[in-house]
Amino acid sequence: MTSARRIGDVVLKVEHISLRFGGVKALTDISFDVNEHEVRAIIGPNGAGKSSMLNVINGVYHPQEGTITFHGRQRRDMDTHQAAAQGIARTFQNIALFKGMSVLDNIMTGRNLRMRASFLEQALWFGRARREELENRRKVEEVIDFLEIQSIRRTPVGRLPYGLQKRVELARALAAEPTMLLLDEPMAGMNVEEKQDMCRFILDVNEQYGTTIVLIEHDMGVVMDISDRVVVLDYGKKIGDGRPEEIRANQAVIDAYLGVAH
Amino acid sequence: MEEKLDTFPRRLLNHARVRPDHPATREKDLGIWQTWSWREVADEVRALACGLAAQGFRRGMHLAIIGDNRPRLYWSMVAAQCVGGVPVPMYQDAPAAEFVFVLQNAEIAYAIVEDQEQVDKMLEARPQVPSLAHIYYDDPRGMRDYEGVLSYDELVKIGREYDRAHPGFFDDEVAKGAADDVSVMLYTSGTTGKPKGVCQTHAAFIAAAEGGCEFDRLTADDSILSYLPMAWVGDHLFSFAQWLVAGFTINCPESSDTVMTDLREIGPTYYFAPPRIFENLLTQVMIRMEDAAAPKRWLFRQFTAVARRCGAEILDGKPVSLGDRVQYALGNVLVYGPLRNVLGMSRIRIAYTAGAAIGPDLFRFYRSIGVNLKQLYGSTETCAYVCLQPDGAVRFDTVGMPAPKVDVKIAANGEVMARGPMLLKEYYKRPDATAESIDAEGWFHTGDAGYFDDAGQLKIIDRAKDVGKMTTGAMFAPNYIENKLRFFPHIKEAVAFGHDRGTVCTFINIDVGSVGNWAERRGLAYSGYTDLAAKPEVYQLVKECVEQVNAELARDPALAGSQISRFLVLHKELDPDDDELTRTRKVRRGFVAEKYRVLIDALYGGKTVEHIETLVRFEDGRTGMVAADLRIDDAKTFSPEAATKAA
Repeated sequence: MTSARRIGDVVLKVEHISLRFGGVKALTDISFDVNEHEVRAIIGPNGAGKSSMLNVINGVYHPQEGTITFHGRQRRDMDTHQAAAQGIARTFQNIALFKGMSVLDNIMTGRNLRMRASFLEQALWFGRARREELENRRKVEEVIDFLEIQSIRRTPVGRLPYGLQKRVELARALAAEPTMLLLDEPMAGMNVEEKQDMCRFILDVNEQYGTTIVLIEHDMGVVMDISDRVVVLDYGKKIGDGRPEEIRANQAVIDAYLGVAH
Repeated sequence: MEEKLDTFPRRLLNHARVRPDHPATREKDLGIWQTWSWREVADEVRALACGLAAQGFRRGMHLAIIGDNRPRLYWSMVAAQCVGGVPVPMYQDAPAAEFVFVLQNAEIAYAIVEDQEQVDKMLEARPQVPSLAHIYYDDPRGMRDYEGVLSYDELVKIGREYDRAHPGFFDDEVAKGAADDVSVMLYTSGTTGKPKGVCQTHAAFIAAAEGGCEFDRLTADDSILSYLPMAWVGDHLFSFAQWLVAGFTINCPESSDTVMTDLREIGPTYYFAPPRIFENLLTQVMIRMEDAAAPKRWLFRQFTAVARRCGAEILDGKPVSLGDRVQYALGNVLVYGPLRNVLGMSRIRIAYTAGAAIGPDLFRFYRSIGVNLKQLYGSTETCAYVCLQPDGAVRFDTVGMPAPKVDVKIAANGEVMARGPMLLKEYYKRPDATAESIDAEGWFHTGDAGYFDDAGQLKIIDRAKDVGKMTTGAMFAPNYIENKLRFFPHIKEAVAFGHDRGTVCTFINIDVGSVGNWAERRGLAYSGYTDLAAKPEVYQLVKECVEQVNAELARDPALAGSQISRFLVLHKELDPDDDELTRTRKVRRGFVAEKYRVLIDALYGGKTVEHIETLVRFEDGRTGMVAADLRIDDAKTFSPEAATKAA
């Protein structure tokens, strides 16, 4: 799927990242980069450190060693709020939505960072708060239209099937108008049709908005189809990095997935 | 200057003059209802028509229109008519392969389609349809990298420039239009053989629309929701012809999944739906009522009983006792009013259903809660305008009286014949078919078997060619039996066999929504349709329905001989994608009989179990296999005498 979408320069670079929890080495000396507008996949067997890697990128975990360079600024670690303010949005492996709230309200929370009105103004629905809400609602409606979830706009999230909840989570991340989207197993637990839909939406986001996408995924078919480049982790170490066809031919990767005869 | 309003473009321009600021079209977009006035619509249509002309679209050419009900697609139809072209709406859910025949047959060179999905289908069909040179799309999403196709917006822009350069062009073109020009070409669904293009003139559709508007006193202040396929004659009559004749407002839903919500928000005054939709709505209500708290259930039961007793009579203006009237009024406040509101039917003055037989309970239910639901009868060849039920004389088993300006008679063989201004001009490039269906005196052979009842209302039994004879000599009306089965909420589809046989056997499709809910309530686990359909409990449920139908058939002396003796529940749902149903969801009897020959042999061969494997086609065009061992059950039949005694 190569199109008019132009892959740009490096926007994110992680160098020599090591992350430890006490004696457990979650990540050891990981380095890779992400180019602007590309779809970058992180794969690996269970416990390889994929989610930890995402958590380092958006500042949930602070690595003991290494540096992160985002948009040309090098730093030791990220801070979640800072990451969001700089245009990084993410979804979670286990859905993290407000179950009792409607789809619309959940997506509106994705606009939180774009709201400037004070608490008092919001409470009184006055001045800036009102203007902002209308503007933000418009943006949210565009996302709803984009992901084709008009029919569940008013439905409480807890009542939706799993596949749709995943889509709502993507919608909330998109509502923040991110330049980089981190997706943690966006297709886990979905059936074939839901996976196809999700693939199409991810590619559409990437093409239409030029959003850079970093995703973790287990389904190899999906990864090979939609990614531009793939990083492979195993036991917290990087064992492969390259285009899907290179990864497919990489002996270390095959061994990690299928096991090696001793 | 008195101008004759005898074409749709002239009607449009007249509305723009007479009621320029009246809402003509609404669509929900980004969560908000957007409105276009008649003036705005006329202005847009003018630009669009000029755009088409600038692109080389000429008088007499055909314009394919494919997509969900979008305002721009409706406007495209008038725009084509303005420059003397003929719009050809097509079913938007058909795969590319099914488009090919129509695109070739109608020599389509220009197409305005909704979105990327439809553009892809056009491009897929193009190698087989070399004439298809111009494709325009409404929704730009995902269309960035396409070459050789233009957006609707660009087309309008080209049109505005063309209009400035050729100021008199548009008005001249509209002036050239004549009432007996073909205004639209609608393809028949092709239940038998290849689809045929039905050419209807401006005069025919205007006559049908005027007759309907007059009959039901429709005005510019009415409002309807346009959500049925644009290629279907019913939608063309209600959302296009009557729209341009009466000048009312059409409302386009946000998406096909939001129709229920949109219906509730708009609250149309005039509504049309096939029986299937009324049935789905009722099923949803019933399922939700079963989940409601006990006091609510009690209230609902009490007052639906009252409504059943006297609601329909009150609506018909018949005498009803004071006590019942008081109870009904109370029920109206507590139950019927809120229920109508939930259904989006609070403001409905007139609702029609057609296209298939409607169950008596279903029909009576809607009327009893105060929805003026009526039936009509017509076909693509008659602009869906032959018979209508007048207010106050509505019956569930008839389709009404001949509509204004329409003559109806019954031929010697029982076939219904119609004559009037609404008849088709011809089948496109099929003089043989045209000659076959319209006789020398101008009577159109509808192909339906029926008769007039004692009140002068037409009653349709079956397709004339489907009515068969059993070896016992008994009459066999398959649709009649299937419809009786379909009236049960648990049964979605049925196919009956019996012509030239000694007994009647049926295939049954359960309604997975309704039966699934029933199963959940009983803690019955199932994994999908095939599994659920094979459960012994479900067989018992279906058996009860079949036997009830047998009891009813036994009461009718003409049909008592065609009771169902054996049945099976199919392992997959019949589907248009597998060619088992038409796009309008009618069973293709012959095809089904051929495809499942082994099951029919098993039914008549006395087997109790039969293995079957079937190829199924998914929506994305891939295929898979479904296999199952189907159980075959016997059903109890009733002797005519016993049934009369029991009744």
